[in-house]
Amino acid sequence: MIIEAKVLKFGDKIDTDIIIPAKYLKYTDPQYLAQHAMEPLDPEFYKKASSGVIIVAGKVFGMGSSREQAAMALKAAGVKAIIAESFARIFFRNAINNGLPVITLQNATKEINQGDLVRVNVETGEIVVNGSKVLKGKGISGMPLEILKTGGLITYLKKAS
Amino acid sequence: MPQTLTEKILSRASGKNVSPGDVTEIKVDLVAFHDLTGYHVIEVMEDVGTLKVFDREKLVIAFDHLAPPPDVRSAEIQGQIRNFVKKTSVPNFYDINSGILHQIMIERYANPGQVIVAADSHTSTSGAVGAFAQGLGASDVAAAVITGKTWVMVPQPFKITLEGKPARWINGKDIALKILGDFKADYFNGMSLEIFVKEPSAVPMDFRATVSNMGIEMNADALMFVPDQETFNYIKTARGYEPQMVTPDSDAKYVDEYNIDLSKLDPLVAAPHSVDNVKTVNEIEGIPVDQVFIGSCTNGRISDLEMAAKILKGKKVKTRTIVIPASYQLFKKALELGYVQTLADAGAIITYGTCGPCLGGHFGIAGPGETIISTSSRNFKGRMGSPDAKVYLSGPAVAAATALEGKITDPRRL
Repeated sequence: MIIEAKVLKFGDKIDTDIIIPAKYLKYTDPQYLAQHAMEPLDPEFYKKASSGVIIVAGKVFGMGSSREQAAMALKAAGVKAIIAESFARIFFRNAINNGLPVITLQNATKEINQGDLVRVNVETGEIVVNGSKVLKGKGISGMPLEILKTGGLITYLKKAS
Repeated sequence: MPQTLTEKILSRASGKNVSPGDVTEIKVDLVAFHDLTGYHVIEVMEDVGTLKVFDREKLVIAFDHLAPPPDVRSAEIQGQIRNFVKKTSVPNFYDINSGILHQIMIERYANPGQVIVAADSHTSTSGAVGAFAQGLGASDVAAAVITGKTWVMVPQPFKITLEGKPARWINGKDIALKILGDFKADYFNGMSLEIFVKEPSAVPMDFRATVSNMGIEMNADALMFVPDQETFNYIKTARGYEPQMVTPDSDAKYVDEYNIDLSKLDPLVAAPHSVDNVKTVNEIEGIPVDQVFIGSCTNGRISDLEMAAKILKGKKVKTRTIVIPASYQLFKKALELGYVQTLADAGAIITYGTCGPCLGGHFGIAGPGETIISTSSRNFKGRMGSPDAKVYLSGPAVAAATALEGKITDPRRL
C-alpha cells in the first residue's frame, strides 16, 4: 500500500475538538463532516485538503474524545494518510477502522516540511520525502493491517460474519 | 511470573498469560454507550447487518450528552436508541432522568478486575474501582456489542503511589492536574497507570473517579486505582454486595514509578488551551471570569458539591454559575444534604445529569471572548463553544471561590 501526496503540517496535541467540533456530531455523513474538519484551527482546511494531502503532525494526534467522526471527517476531506510523532490510542483505532492509514514517525515535524511531496509505504513505514530523503516510520501490521486493507472495520466484520 | 493489575486483568480476559506489547483479543465484561455515540454504534450495527447483542445484561445505555434534547435532531437520535432498546430488550437502559453514563457505571456496574469498553473517552472513570476501562470509537464498540470481544495492545504498566492526606479544598482534580503538569499530556501514551493509595480512606472514591476520568487526558491506555478497603466499602455501601477483589502481585514489575505527597498539593488550574498547561491558583489569581461551571463526569459528585456549598453558603455569586450533579441519585443526595438549597440561594442554576456545557453541547455554551472556569475535563480550543473563548479547569473549591469573587480566586484565602 503506497500513498503519495503533498504535506499539510500541524503541531503537537491536535485534539478531536479541533478535528471535528462537538456541534457536528449529531450527523455521520462524511461529506457534511468533511466541510467542518479542523474548522477551529483552519476554516480553509477543507479546500486545502480537497486535492488529496498527507497530514504531518507532532505528538498525540487525535487526543481527546472517542468521536469516530474525527477520522471520518479527515478522510472525507481528502486526507490520504497521517504521519505523526504519536497518536492517541482511540483515534489510531478509529482511523484504521475507517480505512485511513496512520504512520508513526519520531521527529516527523522536524524531518518533513509544509508542502513537501511525501511517498509512504503503509506496511513497512518507509517514507520518501521529495523523492530523495528516506525516513523509517512505524508501519501497520497484523490485524489493523487486515482491517485497513479490507477498507475498514464494517467491511471487515461483514466478511468475518 | 508476578503480574501487575493490567497483566492480571488482560490475561484473564484473553484466556492466556499476556505481557506488555502483546496484541491480543479479549472478552469484555461490560459494554456501554450514550445517546451521542449510541446512534452511531447502532448505525454501524445496521451497516454490518445485525442488531445482535452478545449479552443483553452486559450492555449499558444512558442518555447524557443530549439530555434533555436541546433540538429536534437530538430528540430524533434518542428516539432511534429507544427503538433499539425495545427491539433488543436491553434491560440496563437509562433515559434522560438518570445521569451521566460514567457516573452510572461506577454507581451500579463497574467492579474490580473487569474489562469495560464504551463509546466515550471518559470510560476511564471506571478505573476508580480497579476496572480496565477504555473508551473506543463507534465501530469498535459495535463490534464489541455484537461479539462480546475486542482487541488491545497490552500497555506498559506505570506505578503511582499516593501518600499523605490532602489538605482542605484539595480534590481529585488537583491530583489529576499534578500528574498532567509534571508529565504532560503525551507521556503516558501506551502505558497503563496503576495507582496505589497508602492510606485508602485519605483518597475517597469521589476523588479516585476524578483522577481516573482524566486518565484519558494523560493519554494513558488505562488508569486504575488498585482495589483496596475504600473500593470494597464503596461497592458494598452503594450496591449491597461484597466485590471480588483483584490486586497486582506484590513483586510485579513496572516500567517506572512516581510518588505524590498529597499533603503538599496546592489547588491547581489548567490554563487555556491545554489540559497540561498547569499552574497553581496563586499564579493566575485575579483573572476575571464570565461563567463558572461546577459538574460533569469529572467533578459533579457529592464531595464536589459539598465543597462548593461550604464556600457559597450564605453568600451570593458574582459570576453566572451553573451546577450539574453527575447523576439523579447524586442530585437527590445533594438535595437531602441541603447543598442544592445552599447553591440555589447563592444564585447558581442547578440541573442534573447532563453533559451539556462540558462538550459545548447546550446548557452553558461559551461565547466569543468569554472566560470560563470549569470543573470538567478538557479546555481544548472551542471545547465549550466559541474557539475564541478561554476555558480554565479547576477543582470545585477554586471554581466556587471564583464564582464568589468574579475572578479566579484561591479558596484558602476566603
